[in-house]
Amino acid sequence: MPEIRNMTLNFGPQHPAAHGVLRLILEMDGEVIERADPHIGLLHRATEKLAESKPFNQSIGYMDRLDYVSMMCNEHAYVMAIERLLGIVPPVRAQYIRVMFDEITRILNHLMWLGAHGLDIGAMTVFLYCFREREDLMDCYEAVSGTRMHATYYRPGGVYRDLPETMPQYQPTKWRNETEVRKLNENRRGSLLDFIEDFTNRFPACVDEYETLLTDNRIWKQRTVDIGIVTPERALALGFTGPMLRGSGIAWDLRKKQPYEVYADLNFDIPVGVNGDCYDRYLVRIEEMRQSARIIAQCVQWLKANPGPVIIDDHKLTPPTRGEMKGDMESLIHHFKLFTEGYCVPPGEVYAAVEHPKGEFGIWLVSDGANKPYRLKARAPGFAHLSAMNELATGHMLADVVAIIGTMDIVFGEIDR
Amino acid sequence: MNTDTLNRLAERIRGLLGDRARDAVIECGELTVVVDAPDIVAVSETLRDTPDLAFKLLLDVSGIDYQTYGEADWRTHDATVSGFSRGVARAQETVDVRPFPGRFGVVYHLLSIEHNLRVRVKVYLAEDQPRVPSVIDVWPSANWYEREAFDLYGILFEGHPDLRRILTDYGFIGHPFRKDFPLEGHVEVRYDAEKGRVVYQPVTIENRILVPRVIRNDGRFGH
Repeated sequence: MPEIRNMTLNFGPQHPAAHGVLRLILEMDGEVIERADPHIGLLHRATEKLAESKPFNQSIGYMDRLDYVSMMCNEHAYVMAIERLLGIVPPVRAQYIRVMFDEITRILNHLMWLGAHGLDIGAMTVFLYCFREREDLMDCYEAVSGTRMHATYYRPGGVYRDLPETMPQYQPTKWRNETEVRKLNENRRGSLLDFIEDFTNRFPACVDEYETLLTDNRIWKQRTVDIGIVTPERALALGFTGPMLRGSGIAWDLRKKQPYEVYADLNFDIPVGVNGDCYDRYLVRIEEMRQSARIIAQCVQWLKANPGPVIIDDHKLTPPTRGEMKGDMESLIHHFKLFTEGYCVPPGEVYAAVEHPKGEFGIWLVSDGANKPYRLKARAPGFAHLSAMNELATGHMLADVVAIIGTMDIVFGEIDR
Repeated sequence: MNTDTLNRLAERIRGLLGDRARDAVIECGELTVVVDAPDIVAVSETLRDTPDLAFKLLLDVSGIDYQTYGEADWRTHDATVSGFSRGVARAQETVDVRPFPGRFGVVYHLLSIEHNLRVRVKVYLAEDQPRVPSVIDVWPSANWYEREAFDLYGILFEGHPDLRRILTDYGFIGHPFRKDFPLEGHVEVRYDAEKGRVVYQPVTIENRILVPRVIRNDGRFGH
């Protein structure tokens, strides 16, 4: 009789299904996982320590780079924490803009998740479909902030600037002639809001397309149904939030339960799962995309009807306009002080949480009255989810590990921070 | 949470914990309860198992180092005599009385889904013995959070079954988020073509402080 031993398998960090830099040490009994030990930290950039050495506003850009597929939601938690310490409230229009972009971000994140999750477990096509719509939303980011990903658009006291009246246009190239370009630019003739409105009108049909590809697909169901089941009690004990918690049947959503900004005035539903397996979480996220489109449509309507300021008018905290700065001594001083020293935040500590596409993203901010944070801690939802990897994967086959990584919506920017 | 709910919650927790609650303050619409380190497991169980609180979700455990709290690089009120430095030399203004009973702190953020409540539990730890019992048996989600606080601050969680480093490199020395650990670190890595592998060497970069840390008590944002 040959001796039979468990095999230790090293999965990642350079593995296409490892979603970045996850290194998993898997103890295997044949094809079955006995123990999974995730090694993380390969993308640890000490964002929190870096933030301690910079004035408050200079760290907003670092927040984008935490969860780099839902950029503006990270910023939102951070600026909300500063606003609470300062005791300021942004104008209503800024709150609507933030909610609209939070929901755009949610769709961006879920599209990325759906495409990558599909790709991991064998559905190639859906990736291309998802990225088609992602491109449009990236253009919204670009129109409003100038960058496609790391926007740095939210500021304490509002948002950096109002929504633009024009959309960036496609230009004819060697590969794309006039007729094609005209067709591409058709829904870009109006303002950004017109473009987003057009998007919300056609997006439900796009979600139908993804669902046609996956929801009743035999292979998809074989790979996801009854994989990685989490009971509601276990989900709470393991610190799950967001779709991971709702997939197990607990209707908990900060947008409804602890509404921030203008979520209390908007109509939307919270989908929940029944079995708590990968398939239910898939259905929850698909429905969330539809609900996000609904929220965005309501925001667009409101924003079209209600022009107004998008950032508070306190130049101790927000920069004066270029014109004011050139003509007015006081504004010049404000501008200089704000961009050299920043502003001092009163001593205290605050925990501000938003319903991030992946769960509860919170910023715990401690200030000692200086112009830099004393301590900043980002509570990343993915960190808690990944820590349950061992429990979820034990007893499953090696191929299911990939499905479980996919369903957790792992992004290493936020886990390693 | 509105003020009434918060006050009632604070009252309830004070009544429930008795002497074990060293302090319970409401600040920025949030309740912070300070307890002694040895009590943390018992307090956690009480908060989780009391039916009208039911803090079943542990959202976050994080460490904090209060060593340089209230220190600034510039003396802002009377600097005209001596002139401002570049702010490169650290810590010119020192607040002697640090308002905290210990150098380190561990902070637990709890959420009750049933009653829609939040609370922050805080423990202060002495500089020489940063030890606190682990709450992993109360909330399994504490596992990685405690590993992280150990890795970054060197806080020891007694009873944790697997207190390994989690975020830093294999074989890392020191606890990088402590305030006396320099921002640029102690070592850097580079590829050594002769040895044909990656080697460690002392850092060659220097941290440039572009904006000095200042504290202005001009009462601009009074709470």
